[in-house]
Amino acid sequence: MPITNQQGDYQTSQTLETFGFLPKLSQDEVYEQIMYMVSQNWTPAIEHEHPTGSANHYWTMWKLPMFGESNPARVMEELEACRRAYPDHHIRLIGYDNYTQSQGVNFVVFEGHT
Amino acid sequence: MASKAYDAGVKEYRDMYWTPDYVPLDTDLLACFKCTGQAGVPREEVAAAVAAESSTGTWSTVWSELLTDLEYYKGRAYRIEDVPGDAESFYAFIAYPIDLFEEGSVVNVLTSLVGNVFGFKALRHLRLEDIRFPIAYIKTCGGPPAGIQVERDRLNKYGRPMLGATIKPKLGLSAKNYGRAVYECLRGGLDLTKDDENVNSQPFMRWRDRFEFVAVAIQKAEQETGERKGHYLNVTAATPEDMYERAEFAKEVGCPIIMHDFLTGGFTANTGLANWCRKNGVLLHIHRAMHAVIDRHPKHGIHFRVLAKCLRLSGGDHLHTGTVVGKLEGDRASTLGFVDQLRESFIPEDRSRGVFFDQDWGSLPGVFAVASGGIHVWHMPALLNIFGDDSVLQFGGGTQGHPSGNAAGAAANRVALEASVKARNQGRDLEREARDILTEAAKSSPELAIAMETWKEIKFEFDTVDKLDVT
Repeated sequence: MPITNQQGDYQTSQTLETFGFLPKLSQDEVYEQIMYMVSQNWTPAIEHEHPTGSANHYWTMWKLPMFGESNPARVMEELEACRRAYPDHHIRLIGYDNYTQSQGVNFVVFEGHT
Repeated sequence: MASKAYDAGVKEYRDMYWTPDYVPLDTDLLACFKCTGQAGVPREEVAAAVAAESSTGTWSTVWSELLTDLEYYKGRAYRIEDVPGDAESFYAFIAYPIDLFEEGSVVNVLTSLVGNVFGFKALRHLRLEDIRFPIAYIKTCGGPPAGIQVERDRLNKYGRPMLGATIKPKLGLSAKNYGRAVYECLRGGLDLTKDDENVNSQPFMRWRDRFEFVAVAIQKAEQETGERKGHYLNVTAATPEDMYERAEFAKEVGCPIIMHDFLTGGFTANTGLANWCRKNGVLLHIHRAMHAVIDRHPKHGIHFRVLAKCLRLSGGDHLHTGTVVGKLEGDRASTLGFVDQLRESFIPEDRSRGVFFDQDWGSLPGVFAVASGGIHVWHMPALLNIFGDDSVLQFGGGTQGHPSGNAAGAAANRVALEASVKARNQGRDLEREARDILTEAAKSSPELAIAMETWKEIKFEFDTVDKLDVT
């Protein structure tokens, strides 16, 4: 079989885990993911970190997790507030699942640039 | 208790071991066998014989029985049921007192339940369909070294299944070329890669060389992607000493996960290795070579749900379960039945999934279900729907067979997976809208578009040999 290279060079990129391979989610698409998390009774939470520290397990929390918050618009507001405060940081959205003691959702919404 | 006289000779098993009025205790270990007796042997006698031969009985009465209280120790056949759609077989339900089994030893349980009795002449076929382990026994077992929740935290993988691939060709690569294949898969977007089960320490690639190059591959991929990566280094070996030596070295080079073949290696080796992993903070992936020898025949052997339960007790963080949609045997309802046994803390009896007993796992950690074998990007939406987030989806040929190579193949799979997760969270129907979901995702991923074109014609449509017994 002849070697065919239909695509050329595949470049590695910093992908930061879940949804790192999709085009950046639009505001509406982020909203839909928050809807999903809220419908599962998971607790929304926001974390941020300078890109140089993104390999750490712990990023800095933006305030406390939003216990009992069921309004996606409120979560969107907090994401924006975090971004205004830390424009050069990665900002990720988490859905804490207290039944499994894990995170049902975790993806980077805004990428900071070094 | 009144003393009994010794009466030598051969008695009918049912006199002692058929006890239809018995109400099983919460501490009893319960088993369901599918029995196919020789012509003319009554069902009660067959069921009682199975109970006897898998517990205290032997073919002839012996005087020393009278030195103990066999009424306390004996297994009891307490129920018989028809097998739907099968006139020659029946289900026998047997209760065993917990004191028949050494604590924390699935080895001991299996030696009793699937020992001599399977060669018993009064039976044509015998199949162990299910075991209900009492919670009192489960509490004596170590179980998964880490479990689903801890593994997610260590590897930083949330809200989706993990993606893997078995490195190909499975035999013959040098260690350095093998590490290259690993690196390419991981940098392209897979979370984990896997040694093929046949890879131990052959002349073409000794284990130490493989471990060193794979560790380099993982490190580089982690640095470049900002994600956590791993490779299941297979430590299955000829002796326990070799196995532990390899496990120690895998830890030393910093690999987060190792691998064992629990049936060919055996439950003793597996339980020991699981204990080592728990003590050393290393994850344990479990392969299941030889399972189809044991579990495929519908009337003889051991159903895989039993082997899966035994593995959860013996210890493992991942277990292969079949794919339902790929190249290997696996009925959907039956597969979901034992996937539940790996991951949930309580599973109610559900005959439509082949689950014969309520099973309470207490606080035993869950095991990731691994779907591997003959799957590719077109299967992704269905796989997510079937297996959910707590699974590892492994695409060997489906990654490395990509026309542009491993990294592009890995990226195609990762895009397909994330598009499917996103769609599910949006409330879309994954199986009905599979084509649309993938086609949309491929617009921004040339790697996925090529993968979809490459594998569009492949189907694996053979009927399953082992079907659930339903009317």
